[in-house]
Amino acid sequence: MGPLIPNELIPLEWNFIIAILIGIAFGYILEASGFSSSRKLTGVFYGYDFAVLKVFFTAAIVAVIGLYYLDYLNIIDISQLYIQPTYLWAAIIGGVIMGVGFLAGGFCPGTSLCAVAIGKIDGIVFVIGLMIGVFIFSESFSLIEPLVTSSNLGHITLSESLGVPSYWLILIITIIAIIAFAFSDWVRSKVKKVFY
Amino acid sequence: MEENKIKNRHVYWNPYFGGFLIGLLIIVTFYITGRGVGASGALKSGVVTIVNTVAPTHAENNAYYSKFIKDGESPMNNWLVFQAVGILLGAFLSGALAGRLKLRVQHSPKITSRRRLIFALVGGILFGLGAQIARGCTSGAALSGMAVLATGGFITMIAIFGTGYLVAYFFRKNWI
Repeated sequence: MGPLIPNELIPLEWNFIIAILIGIAFGYILEASGFSSSRKLTGVFYGYDFAVLKVFFTAAIVAVIGLYYLDYLNIIDISQLYIQPTYLWAAIIGGVIMGVGFLAGGFCPGTSLCAVAIGKIDGIVFVIGLMIGVFIFSESFSLIEPLVTSSNLGHITLSESLGVPSYWLILIITIIAIIAFAFSDWVRSKVKKVFY
Repeated sequence: MEENKIKNRHVYWNPYFGGFLIGLLIIVTFYITGRGVGASGALKSGVVTIVNTVAPTHAENNAYYSKFIKDGESPMNNWLVFQAVGILLGAFLSGALAGRLKLRVQHSPKITSRRRLIFALVGGILFGLGAQIARGCTSGAALSGMAVLATGGFITMIAIFGTGYLVAYFFRKNWI
C-alpha cells in the first residue's frame, strides 16, 4: 500500500531519479499550459485570462478526489501522507506578502523556473529576487522567528478545523470550483481582450 | 503564430487538460513519496549552499541556515532540488517543441523593459520572503496542501489570491 517510499516498497536510491522525472512532467505541463508567461498568469487578476484559476483548481480537485478515493480503495494510506503544519499567522502573512509579490513580479517560484527555462529575462530576474528574499529572511530570522513559529495548530486538515467530514468538504470545494469556472467565463466575455 | 495572436486562438493547452494532468501528477507524487510537489524549497537550498560556501562560520551560527546544513552532505543533495532541475528540463522541452525558446523580456507595451525587470526583482524578493514565512509557495503550500485538505494550504491559497485581487489595481499598468 502507498505511499511507496515511506513504506520501503521502492529502494531509496530511486528517490532522486523519481524527483527528476516528476519535475520534468511538472515543468512540461506548466509550460505547455502557458505558465511561463507572466502576462497570462496575471490575467486572472484583471479578468482577461483565467488559465491560473482553471489549471490550479482543476489540479487541486483532481488531486484531492483521487487521493481520498485511493485511500477508500486501500491503495494509499492518507494518514501517512505529509500534511504541512498550520501556523495560522505565518500562513496568512506569508500569503499576503506572496500575493503582493505575485502582482509585482508576475510569477510564482514554480512558474518563474519555467520562464527561465525558455529564456525569459524577467523570469531570471524574478528567480534572483527569490533568492535575495530567502537571504533576507534567513539573515533576519531571529527577528521574524516569533511570527513564524507562533500559533502552531499542528498537522491539521480542514475537516478537523471545521468539524465537517472530508467527503462533504470535497463535494463543496468541487461545486465552488465549477461555479468559479462558469463565472470566470462570464467575466472574460465582459472584459476587454488583452493580447500578449 | 501572429495569426494565432490576432484571433486569440489556443496556442497553449486547454487549461482544464493541463490542470487534470497536474492533478494526476500530484496523486502519483504522493503515492510514491508521501509528499507533494514544491518549487521554493530548491531555491532555499541554493541560498543555503551559497552562504555556506562563502561564509561557512556565519551559516553555522545562523539559526535558519544551520537547520539545513549537515556534515559531509551538500544542501543541494535534496529531493526538491532534483525536482526543480526536472522542472527546468521539462519546461525547456515543452518550450522547444512549441517554438517558444527566445531570450527576451516580456512586458506590457505600456511599460519599458527596465520597469518590468525592476518590478520582477522586487516581486521575486517579496515572494521569496513570503514563501519562507508561510513554509511554502503556490506549489508546495497551496496546491499540495489543498490536495490533502491541509488547513494551512487553504489559508495560504486564499491569502495569496485574495491579496492579489486587493492590490491588482495598483499594478494594472504593468499588465493591461
